[in-house]
Amino acid sequence: MHPISGAVAPYVFMVLKVVLVFTIVMVVVAYATLAERRVSAWIQDRNGPNRVGPFGLLQPAADGIKNLLKEETLPATASRIFFVLAPILILVPSLVTFAVIPFAAPLPTRWGVVDMIVADVPIGILYVLAFSSLAVYGIVLGGWASNNKYAFLGALRASAQMVSYEVALGLSLISVLMLSGNVTLTDVVWQQQQLGMWFAFPLSLAFILFLVSAFAESNRLPFDVPEAESELVTGYHTEYSAMKFSAFMISEFGHMATASALMATLFLGGWDLPGTWDNAYWYQGQLISGFAADGSVLLAHPAWWKSLVTFIGFGAKTGFFLLLYIWVRWTLPRFRYDQVMALGWKVMLPTALGYAMLMGGTILTLDQIGLRWGFGYGLALTAVSGAATLGFVFFIDRGKTITGAAAQMAQRVEVKTIPTPEAESTV
Amino acid sequence: MTISVKVMKRPAPERTSYLRATLSGMALTFRHMVNPNKITQQYPEEQTQLSPRWRGTHVMETHADGRPKCVACGLCPTVCPANCIRLVGGEDDQGNRYPIVYEIDEFRCIFCGMCQEVCPVEAIHVGRHFENGEYTRSRFVYDLDRLMDQDQPSTLLWDPSDPRGE
Repeated sequence: MHPISGAVAPYVFMVLKVVLVFTIVMVVVAYATLAERRVSAWIQDRNGPNRVGPFGLLQPAADGIKNLLKEETLPATASRIFFVLAPILILVPSLVTFAVIPFAAPLPTRWGVVDMIVADVPIGILYVLAFSSLAVYGIVLGGWASNNKYAFLGALRASAQMVSYEVALGLSLISVLMLSGNVTLTDVVWQQQQLGMWFAFPLSLAFILFLVSAFAESNRLPFDVPEAESELVTGYHTEYSAMKFSAFMISEFGHMATASALMATLFLGGWDLPGTWDNAYWYQGQLISGFAADGSVLLAHPAWWKSLVTFIGFGAKTGFFLLLYIWVRWTLPRFRYDQVMALGWKVMLPTALGYAMLMGGTILTLDQIGLRWGFGYGLALTAVSGAATLGFVFFIDRGKTITGAAAQMAQRVEVKTIPTPEAESTV
Repeated sequence: MTISVKVMKRPAPERTSYLRATLSGMALTFRHMVNPNKITQQYPEEQTQLSPRWRGTHVMETHADGRPKCVACGLCPTVCPANCIRLVGGEDDQGNRYPIVYEIDEFRCIFCGMCQEVCPVEAIHVGRHFENGEYTRSRFVYDLDRLMDQDQPSTLLWDPSDPRGE
């Protein structure tokens, strides 16, 4: 499809990209575990692990060695095959999703321009949704095969929660797909470059809904009812030890990293940085940076430093969402199970549906008016979305009195005296 | 008899919103995250200032010629509530009593400091020292030589006329 000279070069680049992306994801996951511990410590005015290596940077290696050397336990009543299968089933989907996310501007080489994406599959987001849905099988299987009531309860909750929030997640994506006109993530990035603004602004409510759903999808606080340390030990992976436990941990952080990268791509422009200097897209066999006013194409000029800078930009956006994950986890308490379900089905789903309708109508109207696809188009959408977001916030926040905790407690506590049966009989 | 029950009147779900509480909570945790003043004490590098009345590893005081001050009177093994002091006394040519065996099991010791209080010649002391980890249990039984080798400052006993140690 792309003009890359040399018959072998594409395959070599493919293998190199797979190795590169896999390595980077695993390193990011390892350091996300360290970041989680360090940031949680900072939030609690502690220092966190800072002994292994400079600033504790070798802590993930120490953790890995520890998990490798620990004993693998197999509960006597567990179903052996599925017990071993579950960590694999949960680990693979969380890592393969990264394949369709573009992570930098195309890189020029001697053998042609290389796209900085492992597999630019035409089904893009559908692939992501399919594999993120597969993760629930690993959780349910792990909980079921453990033959432990806590693990089983965790698995049940996980299945209910992940299926519920999958709906809101998918529906909040619809407006992104409508705006980008395609499901491949390279197209999503390209349309954000063309629009002159990132989709977080023209699709602000979808962004919020997607953010909340992504938290629920990766089973992080405040939606960690499947793990719920204080209720279910650790939920679905209660019975796992050593490297199998590690696989669950890696998959949780891998899921976080994937969701962060996905949010960065869908709503913060992916590897796009402000300005048109880095725009690049394959259009009819040419790498273009945009269209001139008369409809002719403007050729892009890929450069290695553009790839590097955009890669750093993409990493920064992903890192921001990873930090947000950790930050939210150490701020909010866990939702009650019925609150999770109520939020998913009674708030998120209707809002996502209504918003998809609203955005569809707006895009149709703007197209009918004949507004040119560009910054003005984006501003119009931003205005409509901003109004919808404000309305949503006002709706769920209307007339709610959040006063100081002490004042509320004084109003809420009422001391009742209840006569016991023997007191009644003596009277 | 009646039972008092506290009834928590929580606001109904449709009356609650977590939005503002969430945002203020995020701001609070962010302030703590960037706050450079952490409460963690980096222990081996940063040592705690021990109180002058801290009761830790024992010290046996010595005379100028290196003999222990102990006169093997037997008061400390008698008073010791944890029964961790083993003393076998002896007598030399001049009739001076001295300890032949003096052992303190620091594992059994409860660091009450009564041995120091009861000692008539101010020989045995508890010291301002606590880092006495060992790799074997037998190493926790300190013999006389080891007790005399301890160089930490000995503890100030509680003085009823100066209860706050000023």
